[in-house]
Amino acid sequence: MKKSHIIILVVIAAAIGIIVSTAGDASTYVGFDEAIALSTSGNQKEIHVVGELKKDANGHIVGIQEGEDRVSFSFIMIDDKGREQKVIYAEPMPSDFTRSEKVVVIGSYQDDTFRASKILLKCPSKYQEEKINV
Amino acid sequence: MHYFVGDLGHLFVITSFIASLVTVFAYFKATTVTALDQKKYWLQNGKTGFYLHAAAVLGVCITLFVIIANHYFEYHYAYNYSDRKLPSYYLISTFWNGQEGSFLLWMFWHAVLGIIVINTNKFWEAPVMTVFAMVQAFLASMVLGVVLPVLDFKIGSSPFILLRDALQDAPIFAAQPEFIPKDGNGLNPLLQNYWMVIHPPTLFLGFAATLVPFSFCIAGLWLKKYRDWVRPALPWALFGGAILGLGILMGGYWAYETLNFGGYWNWDPVENAVYVPWLILIAAIHTMITYKNSETALKASIILVIAVFVLILYSTFLTRSGVLGDASVHSFTDLGLSGQLLIYLLFFVVVSAGLAIYRWKEIPTSEKEASVYSREFWIFIGAITLCLMGFQVLMPTSIPVWNKIITLFGGTSNLAPPAEQITFYSKFQLWFAVIVGFLSGIGQFFWWKKMDKEELKKELLPPALIALILFALIITLGQVYTFSYIILTLAGVFTLVTNGKILISLRKSSPSLSGGAVAHIGVGMMLVGIMFSAGYSKIVSLNNTGMLISKEFSEDFNRDNLLLFVHEPRTMWGYDIEYLGERLEPRYHSGYIRSSDIFKTDDRDRVIAKFDLNVASRSYKAKDTIEIRGENTFYEIQLRRGNKTYTLYPRAQINPEMGGLLVSPDIYRTVSADLYTHVSSVMKPSEDEEWSDLEENRIRLGQEFFANDYVATLQSVDRVLEVDGVELSQEDVAVKAGIHIQGEKGDYYAEPIFLIKNKFVGRIPDEVQDLGLRLFLMNIHPETNEFSIGINTRQKDWVVIKAMEKPYINVLWIGTLVLMGGFGIAMTRRIREFRKMKEKGLE
Repeated sequence: MKKSHIIILVVIAAAIGIIVSTAGDASTYVGFDEAIALSTSGNQKEIHVVGELKKDANGHIVGIQEGEDRVSFSFIMIDDKGREQKVIYAEPMPSDFTRSEKVVVIGSYQDDTFRASKILLKCPSKYQEEKINV
Repeated sequence: MHYFVGDLGHLFVITSFIASLVTVFAYFKATTVTALDQKKYWLQNGKTGFYLHAAAVLGVCITLFVIIANHYFEYHYAYNYSDRKLPSYYLISTFWNGQEGSFLLWMFWHAVLGIIVINTNKFWEAPVMTVFAMVQAFLASMVLGVVLPVLDFKIGSSPFILLRDALQDAPIFAAQPEFIPKDGNGLNPLLQNYWMVIHPPTLFLGFAATLVPFSFCIAGLWLKKYRDWVRPALPWALFGGAILGLGILMGGYWAYETLNFGGYWNWDPVENAVYVPWLILIAAIHTMITYKNSETALKASIILVIAVFVLILYSTFLTRSGVLGDASVHSFTDLGLSGQLLIYLLFFVVVSAGLAIYRWKEIPTSEKEASVYSREFWIFIGAITLCLMGFQVLMPTSIPVWNKIITLFGGTSNLAPPAEQITFYSKFQLWFAVIVGFLSGIGQFFWWKKMDKEELKKELLPPALIALILFALIITLGQVYTFSYIILTLAGVFTLVTNGKILISLRKSSPSLSGGAVAHIGVGMMLVGIMFSAGYSKIVSLNNTGMLISKEFSEDFNRDNLLLFVHEPRTMWGYDIEYLGERLEPRYHSGYIRSSDIFKTDDRDRVIAKFDLNVASRSYKAKDTIEIRGENTFYEIQLRRGNKTYTLYPRAQINPEMGGLLVSPDIYRTVSADLYTHVSSVMKPSEDEEWSDLEENRIRLGQEFFANDYVATLQSVDRVLEVDGVELSQEDVAVKAGIHIQGEKGDYYAEPIFLIKNKFVGRIPDEVQDLGLRLFLMNIHPETNEFSIGINTRQKDWVVIKAMEKPYINVLWIGTLVLMGGFGIAMTRRIREFRKMKEKGLE
């Protein structure tokens, strides 16, 4: 076997290893129901949940509470399947949060609440779309 | 309404687009025709076309800047990204805040580089500039903003769009089409930072620089000059590697200084999207150098140079098409350009890959197998490692794209990028970095000497021994006990020592060739610096009082944060640490103003001096209005050890639209470590303060008394004729007391007022915020010449901070500078080489 063949084999093996590990370590987009199921089965891996903020009949957002320390807050989110869930975020409210039409929270369940470690926003107006790192 | 300037800008955009198309055609002709006079004719046309294009691009940039600088808020771009209060240097960063502006910046650099290529390279001008102009046509189409009449298809998004056209649904424009907002939305305060003035142009210059080697490569394939394109392309590849690397680092440094996640690199998709092409560019530089010296790795060079440019386009697609919408915290969202971006990407993928495959058989290769003792072998292994390193980052970053593709073919995929980005990427990249470290040490030896087994042993032994000793010292003194970190340190030290040895031997004979050695020393330093600063970053603001900060906070928060009351020193990191109070920042000059020294007004950005003030070099008289940056509050914290003191000003930024708080750190830099401090909880300004019961003292003029344990003196009592916010008639009386209070750190003044208006008594107290003190002038006793002074006290001001130690981070920063220096030396050498060839008439 020539050296170049060995190198090619090693490269292919490494590439496959990378792809497999990517798939293995990837998080998933799920609903809150599945997230609860995952957490009760002892899976503490962080997951992504996509949804919207809860609004009343007039379109006003309800359920946002500022935390005692002023740099955290909680809100009520409805996932794509319509399930409501209180989400706690240990950091200040991201800008444009209340204007967002879609919210992605990354985190996991702790007891009955979903603790987000990161929040991503999608804002409605094409011209107000700047996303801001939080 | 200033219609003209926008129309002019739009005209420039269209001109630049059409001129680039004409240039493509002319240069294409110039490349393909054989008759000399024809060639000359088309070359001239091409050149004129490109100069016209460049002038139009410059015109677009100037027009857009005029709109921003003159605050023409009838234009959406100016309205959305700037306001009247922005200082001029941030108006510059407004320019590239929007997507359209950043496309313009990219085009501008392409135009500049194109002109340089035209003027330095006669032989390659026509084919190279064909590629250049083609890229420019695609970019110009992104800012075109033209709707195709029949298809109703919009091409590009114009930066010159009027606000009323951008916000067609806004009711104000239905009522008043000529409405112009008084002020703009302003620039995101996070971006109001000097790094944001220079980071984007640097990064885009790096982006633009990758086009040059790509164009030379395509030109080489096109003209079947498979060997010749490498020489002119190499200095540009080095230039691109240096500038892109510098741009990436500036971004990292901005994140370190401004955001509070405590690091310089977050493995966010937007960061990865530039990191991957940079790695591949470095790999390409290595194979190109190998080719220049030994005629091997030509095919690898071609593949890599093409891959770099394609990856730049791919990263543009990722960050601007909105495909990362659910995956990144700071990608641009869709401007409706995703289709256009995809065409741009696919066009160059298909053309360049197609051309390479078509010519593949004709590309010369060296048949002989590289020996394990040859430099080519080791450099090639290094290039492969860099490629795999990039691949490992590219795969997970592209997960949203995989999902889209699967959906396209009818499948469903709910894969999301790894939630713990930093841990996920670090655990792989660390081992790649180890390999890179060892290879760049070994590879350099093979580079400079013909090697066999014996020779290798002899050469490698002394530096290996030195490296081992140094390594043992570092891990013992630095207390590095984690296995992976130990290996990383060894790799870093090894490459540092071996390259150091080569540098020393080259210094005498040929310093101009030392670029490689210098660059690799930089890499070694960076590895060690990253290992320490990221691996051994530790929280030093441990709550050592034994008391919880608040029951409301989590256990972690109570453990890792320090509650500081104003003027109550604590100890941290071997320093006495003391909170001195809230500070404000003058808008137009440096320095900090104590919040206790001013009155707030209804306008967040204007405050009034209570008395004569000196702020840095500026002095203000009492009642002067001071312009401040109202969204920012700073917390002055003093560190003391022995007779050395240092002051930190961590910042909290209040954004009224969201009621949220963004905190930025302040960094105390010592030789061996950075102390990275940010506030983690602050007092609510709206909080109802709980004041103690009023304590009343009878004081004579000039008498000293105690107020909240501070020594205070009643210095004056005067009748005043004007009181802010109160209308005084002739019968009314107002008296103001001047009280001097001696704080631990400097003096304070309070001026409470006693007034009789319409025969009713009123008292206007004055608060000294830093001291938690409120003073009243309660009453006047003319019979005894005494005055009643009322004193309220409250809990002192406080702030909660979190501080981290980042050991040896300076090694990383110095390492990056050394790396850049290495690139500089190498580039100078290759440019000289190129000049020599040019003088011989070979280019």
